[in-house]
Amino acid sequence: MADKPLQTAREPVSAGEGDLVERAKGGDMEAFAELVRRYERRIYRMARQITQNDEDAEDVLQESFLKAFEHLDSFQGQSKFYTWVTRIAVNESLMKLRKRKSDRTVSLDENIETDEEPIVREIAVWEDTPESKYSQEELRQILDKAIDSLKPIFRTVFILRDVEELSTEETAEILGLSIAAVKSRLLRARLQLREKLTRVFRRKGDGIFGYAK
Amino acid sequence: MDTQNRMITCKDFLRELSDYLDDATDPALRAELERHINECPNCWVICDTTRKTIQVYKGMDLHPLPERVHEKLMDAIARRAAHRAAKNGPAGGAAQG
Repeated sequence: MADKPLQTAREPVSAGEGDLVERAKGGDMEAFAELVRRYERRIYRMARQITQNDEDAEDVLQESFLKAFEHLDSFQGQSKFYTWVTRIAVNESLMKLRKRKSDRTVSLDENIETDEEPIVREIAVWEDTPESKYSQEELRQILDKAIDSLKPIFRTVFILRDVEELSTEETAEILGLSIAAVKSRLLRARLQLREKLTRVFRRKGDGIFGYAK
Repeated sequence: MDTQNRMITCKDFLRELSDYLDDATDPALRAELERHINECPNCWVICDTTRKTIQVYKGMDLHPLPERVHEKLMDAIARRAAHRAAKNGPAGGAAQG
């Protein structure tokens, strides 16, 4: 860790992405560094949530941007640079998962029964502002634990759609899934998380509507 | 989906819940779904808590990027660029400014 980080002047945030990509393709390292600075936080967060592991997330972040750097010439600009790097990072993250769970396959194409009705067990209203009852750190742990408990196919779709706020179309493009498959996985992911959070955030004691257990 | 003359069931509602929350249903279906949750307390609760589930994750930076990791990344890229520049000769890849 003796090497210094890339020393560069700060690029104006308003610089257009297309312009930065073109300059980076032409060998302008500052332009590439600006693209990295724009998206590294989101890529790291996403990789950390998919892999559930700090070290893996660090590797994924590095590998993804190095691959983007190496293959920048093949980036056509039909999709956004962020979408392109995210696709690389999702693939890298899933490879990490597969390596760690070598006894189990990890696939986005895992055969899930799309026609099967989603399961809802916990039906209870929540406290009015449950998030205010916990410290930031406690809340972070609760949310993290819930998301970690989802299968990778559900977790990944939820992260892209609801955490990173990508569109259904962008998520489908990144994951190589149909729109219908993204929607089906997202619904299941949301309902599974809802179940888990309801166990923590349900209104205690008053049995409102008679639904709280 | 023609919803003119049929009742929305809880199963129908669950199936459409994501699109409903994303405001991606057509107005006729949306009106039917709204009528259903106004009459079905269970579905109202499911809808409300699913909406809150989505909201609570939005804007939560569960894993902020450590400064150390940022520096390591920038360093790896700089080394890769230097390696490429050395391979391609003195003309390529030098940082400007």
